[in-house]
Amino acid sequence: MNYHINYNFVWKYFDKLTDGLVLSLEMAFVSILIGIMIGLGLALAYNGSGRMVRWIIAAYVEIIRNVPLLLLVYLVFYGIPTVGGFAYDATTSFIMTLSVYSGAYLVEIFRAGLDAVPKGLIDAGKAIGLTPIQHLVSVRLPTMFRIVLPSLSNTFVSLFKDTSVAWVIAVPELFFGYNWIYTNTFRIVEGLSVLAAMYLVTCYVFIFALQQLERRYAIGRN
Amino acid sequence: MDVAINALPFLWEGLLVTLHVSALVVVIALAIGLVLGLGLTYGPRWIYWPIRLYSDILRGIPVPVLIFAVYYLLPVIGWNIDGFTAAVSALAAFETARVLEVTRGAIQSIHPGQTDAGQAIGLTFSQRMIYVIFPQALRRFLPPWINSVVDTVKGSSLVSFVSIVELTLAIQQVIGRTFEPMPLYILGMAIYFAINFTLSTASRRLEARFAYIRE
Repeated sequence: MNYHINYNFVWKYFDKLTDGLVLSLEMAFVSILIGIMIGLGLALAYNGSGRMVRWIIAAYVEIIRNVPLLLLVYLVFYGIPTVGGFAYDATTSFIMTLSVYSGAYLVEIFRAGLDAVPKGLIDAGKAIGLTPIQHLVSVRLPTMFRIVLPSLSNTFVSLFKDTSVAWVIAVPELFFGYNWIYTNTFRIVEGLSVLAAMYLVTCYVFIFALQQLERRYAIGRN
Repeated sequence: MDVAINALPFLWEGLLVTLHVSALVVVIALAIGLVLGLGLTYGPRWIYWPIRLYSDILRGIPVPVLIFAVYYLLPVIGWNIDGFTAAVSALAAFETARVLEVTRGAIQSIHPGQTDAGQAIGLTFSQRMIYVIFPQALRRFLPPWINSVVDTVKGSSLVSFVSIVELTLAIQQVIGRTFEPMPLYILGMAIYFAINFTLSTASRRLEARFAYIRE
């Protein structure tokens, strides 16, 4: 044991980690927003469509959910440009991948959420003469969002953790920031401990904040 | 297409590593996770906090970071292990945390009245566990546990971060030589899909079978 711990190396390049953290959070935010659009659109389409469309949506959900994120990251970054004849930078590529990935999970969450909207609300909406669109926008969707809020929180925290996979295509996120420090200073212990602490603290800040939201708005949490 | 066919023996090797890693992790995590989950639910107070802390820390750190931590930090304290052991340990440590939460959730989902009833007819703790709690908790345990197995198979791709050639890295290496990415990625997706869809389908069947019980 001739390793002398010296955190100065980490503080010197700490901006690599903070910049990385910001990018990780940005990627998780953008991905969950796009994912919510995909998930909500497909969940509504699933309920109002014929067998063919349902089958396609189910295929999307099942394929994406059963394949490693890492393989999808490679596929979108290295594979698709070779057949599509276009290119994009690694960050854009990863955000697209994570959006499609989270969308597959969110379709299922929203479908369950829409099913969980109490039937009495639908009758009540008909009784006061809401049009189907009014009913969807002002009754079903708000109620559904309150039901799925805990699942959305979990999904967001998972996505934030998943951003570490973007390291393999050199997206300068948090895990990449650590690896930069490691390859330039070889301070493993200091780098990894600070990195792990940053992930932990960020995760729990969000878990705590989202719990406050859930306390106010969520339905069906015991 | 013939590129993919020529690559099959090499991909097969990679698939075996993926299955090997997954199986090891699933078995280790199930054994330790069940014990810790029971400890969390029924254990004394002094055992509750360490398990709670372990689970919360492990689930708040991404798996790649955990793999790096085991792989790079253990040698620093003079404990040299190979990459395979390090990666499997890290993945197993994470999955253990998940299994213990699933175990806790399954047991807590059983109405406390069941325990009271068991006590009322004079069953001992172990009898209550074996005859009352476990048979019912198993229903709640299996679907989320199978989900965690699917996630383990997916997560096993991350051991490639410490240069273990499992299926995903095998695919990358073949592409590095043949420069034909798409057929190989699609083949890779098909292989993972075949494994995991079988598991998910089994999980859904189980859920459907147990769905008639509503409390």
